[in-house]
Amino acid sequence: MYSKDGQNYYIVDGHTHFWDGSPANQINRYGEGFIKCFYDYHSNLSPDEYKWTLEEFERYPEERMIHDLFETGYDDVAILQSTYLTDWYVNGFNTTDQNGQIAERHPGRFIVNGRFDPRDGEAGLSALERLHERWQLRGVKLYTAEWKGDSKGWKLSDPWAYRYLQKCQELGIRNIHVHKGPTVYPMNRDAFDVADVDDAATAFPALNFIVEHVGLPRLDDFCWIATQEPNVYAGLAVAMPFIHSRPRYFAQIIGELLYWLDDNRLLFGSDYAIWQPKWLVEKFVDFQIPEDMQGEYGELTSDIKKKVLGLNAARLYDLKIPGEFEIPDGTTDAGPGIGSGPAVETAPR
Amino acid sequence: MTSQVIAAMHHGIKAAEAGAGPDAAVGGAGPDRATTVREAAWVALGHVLDPELDQPITELGFVAGLWITHDHAVRVELRLPTYFCAPNFAWLMVADARDVLAALPGAGRVDVVLLDHFAADEINAGVAAASGFGDGFATDGGDPELAELRAVFERKAQVAAQERLARALGPHLSERLTLAEAARIAPGATAAVVRRRERLGLVSEFAVCDDQGAAVAADRLPGWLRFARTVRVSVEGNATLCRGLLETRYGLTPSPGGP
Repeated sequence: MYSKDGQNYYIVDGHTHFWDGSPANQINRYGEGFIKCFYDYHSNLSPDEYKWTLEEFERYPEERMIHDLFETGYDDVAILQSTYLTDWYVNGFNTTDQNGQIAERHPGRFIVNGRFDPRDGEAGLSALERLHERWQLRGVKLYTAEWKGDSKGWKLSDPWAYRYLQKCQELGIRNIHVHKGPTVYPMNRDAFDVADVDDAATAFPALNFIVEHVGLPRLDDFCWIATQEPNVYAGLAVAMPFIHSRPRYFAQIIGELLYWLDDNRLLFGSDYAIWQPKWLVEKFVDFQIPEDMQGEYGELTSDIKKKVLGLNAARLYDLKIPGEFEIPDGTTDAGPGIGSGPAVETAPR
Repeated sequence: MTSQVIAAMHHGIKAAEAGAGPDAAVGGAGPDRATTVREAAWVALGHVLDPELDQPITELGFVAGLWITHDHAVRVELRLPTYFCAPNFAWLMVADARDVLAALPGAGRVDVVLLDHFAADEINAGVAAASGFGDGFATDGGDPELAELRAVFERKAQVAAQERLARALGPHLSERLTLAEAARIAPGATAAVVRRRERLGLVSEFAVCDDQGAAVAADRLPGWLRFARTVRVSVEGNATLCRGLLETRYGLTPSPGGP
């Protein structure tokens, strides 16, 4: 919980990791490159006082994570997103079981999301059932760019992906977090393309598709599909930290998202340990769209901030919110542009 | 497709040699004999764009090194903001760089090498091998779908440029405003649109046009421009992020300003 100026904010951190990217766990140069790439994101966008050394960043103790998220970081609940990458890391980068163990040691603090890989075929469907049985999954995190042998990625619109989504629906796993990343082959495809999310969201209207880092670097494509599909959500991990180093760019991102999606479909996420919720939450609550941009984007109200920081995710994950945090219905006072939704039938494409 | 890149490059060299035009500052005016190839190579590389960011690789800091040997061989090293930058765009930049350098008068052997990238070996070897097939083949690996992928981003760049033009025009913008009229009101922004249309092979007399070159009807125009703004924010935002990551990765001095 975070309180400022008489307002109380319930914080659901929609994107956290308890990873092991240490050299001892790296299988190959890809594993090394992956954690270093994360580290550059961390170093580039964090305030100086929150920067870690590479060694600290590669693997951090559980106590530090608990401290950063819940003792200083204001998180009420944090969602652990599983990222396996078993072709690059001996024990995986952070598997569901690893995440589940830390969750069990801190009851009520974490939500454990599983994962599936449609390339695992029939065996993977059974594995997903077992994973669900063990951890009572309410969501999965999918990494379409993950390597598996000769395959360098997959699409949500693949026939086997549909079988897995069907299985999720049967099991009551409603929240599908999708992460895009670069793949090597085929070279003629845009690996960050979010079009397959569009197909899957249409085919599975009962599932929620949370596109992590709001489709960056394809913000425009993401906004476009999100206007078509009411069950597509914006995960703000990676977008949030711009609030520190590039506040005007952050204002544009958040302004665009609120224009196209409305304020019920944006979810806060720190992407811990890349960034820490403490400074993200503090800066977001203090943040306002710069005056010269308010004509285009309107203002960020505290009600919008409450929804983004926790209430929206709480709704998706059926979290009981203490009454003090609720927003009375119909009081959201969105300025012009914000929350107005698309009044657009044509796009320049 | 490289014909357009190469044509633009020749134009750039002329401008630089004349010490005039937008490229003069890049190439420097009046290069002496000893540095002619080097200067021309730098100008040429200034016409290679990151397809996704719509900016020259020379301005993005992607050119890590440029060497000319005594026998006029050219070696260029390219670097990118992350180890996992999209390999298809990396391929296009390496291939474009190779193509514009190979077309330089007076240049000998050309080597373009991508550094510090997870697919560097494949890309370096692939582009070097494909170059044996002649100008232009390397660029898209002979693959029409890779060419189409490039075109997708060139269309976005053109849309973003039109949105910037629309802003510059303000109340002067109307559905049927021509490019010529726009050029009188906002010459710089209009020229930027024209450059991107030439790259795309898109012909239109209108300041704002759709992907086919037709005017955007008045009732569609506000919505069209609204989405165009999102495209611009996306392209510009990516460039901001990539510059920052490159600076962090290579310990460069942060670029001033930015959004």
